[in-house]
Amino acid sequence: MKITVNGTPHEVTAATLEAVLAELGYGVQHVATAVNQSFVPAARRGAQTLQPGDRLEILAPMQGG
Amino acid sequence: MPVFYGTEIASRLMLGTAGYPSPAILARAFRRSGAGIATVSLRREGTGGAGAAFRELIRDLNLPVLPNTAGCHTVREAVTTAHMAREVFDTEWIKLEVIGHPDTLQPDPFGLVEAARILTRDGFRVFPYTTEDGIVADRLLQAGCEVLMPWGAPIGTGLGLNNLYGLRTLRAQYPDVPMVIDAGLGLPSHAAAAMEMGFDAVLLNTAVAKAGDPAAMAEGFARGLDAGRLAYEADPMQPRDMAAPSTPMIGLAELA
Repeated sequence: MKITVNGTPHEVTAATLEAVLAELGYGVQHVATAVNQSFVPAARRGAQTLQPGDRLEILAPMQGG
Repeated sequence: MPVFYGTEIASRLMLGTAGYPSPAILARAFRRSGAGIATVSLRREGTGGAGAAFRELIRDLNLPVLPNTAGCHTVREAVTTAHMAREVFDTEWIKLEVIGHPDTLQPDPFGLVEAARILTRDGFRVFPYTTEDGIVADRLLQAGCEVLMPWGAPIGTGLGLNNLYGLRTLRAQYPDVPMVIDAGLGLPSHAAAAMEMGFDAVLLNTAVAKAGDPAAMAEGFARGLDAGRLAYEADPMQPRDMAAPSTPMIGLAELA
């Protein structure tokens, strides 16, 4: 299915957020996730299924003021 | 030293981590200034693991971190970002920014108060980036904030304390609320002035990161803060309009 990851279109086969992260190569990284602008805690990623057209945001620590 | 939500901070300098020439220079600026808090953010992550490298750099600073919601213009964005930051940085502290205008980066006080109320309810310890407006401050305190962070000037301008009357009034209105001058400072003298007015700390980034020698400037700010705080605690003289001789007049010879 087609989803948008950090603003870029992606084709993924996995069904859950946890599996999609692994498929995209984020398996071991410490990130925070949101689907369609709603925060999804790490503990819920396994139960969070994705639908075609979903917008996934994957964020990580960065410099800030 | 200031106490924020029950935690005493080692320094009155809160320093941002953005825009330094290199990670090594960032680390030197923190070490040389003895900054007490490091502010950080969240941004989109690729699969290259840039976030992990930064996380390691921050861990090595061994300081409390204050994640921000920089760039958020709506309550929803700010609240979602705060939740994501809490998970990644493992802290309930959040520097809450809800920006009202892209040119001035002025806080949106209406969105700020609403977001502060939601986040406090959700268990966050909110550090609101606000203006010097006393009514907004009152609403933020009612929303559960125990720290206020009025701006000195718009973010990144280096203009210093733009509204001395407003800041002085805010300080006087809430003498027991920890207050941090956040944003707009350009020189250590600005930080010293904030201390002389009785503010508890300053938060800055650009003035240090964009200086020719960031580590030296960071130390300059630390010294400015020390000088200003000492002056505040020393109960400064009151200024007056007319001159008053400091040398005694008694015993002055008649030589005219």
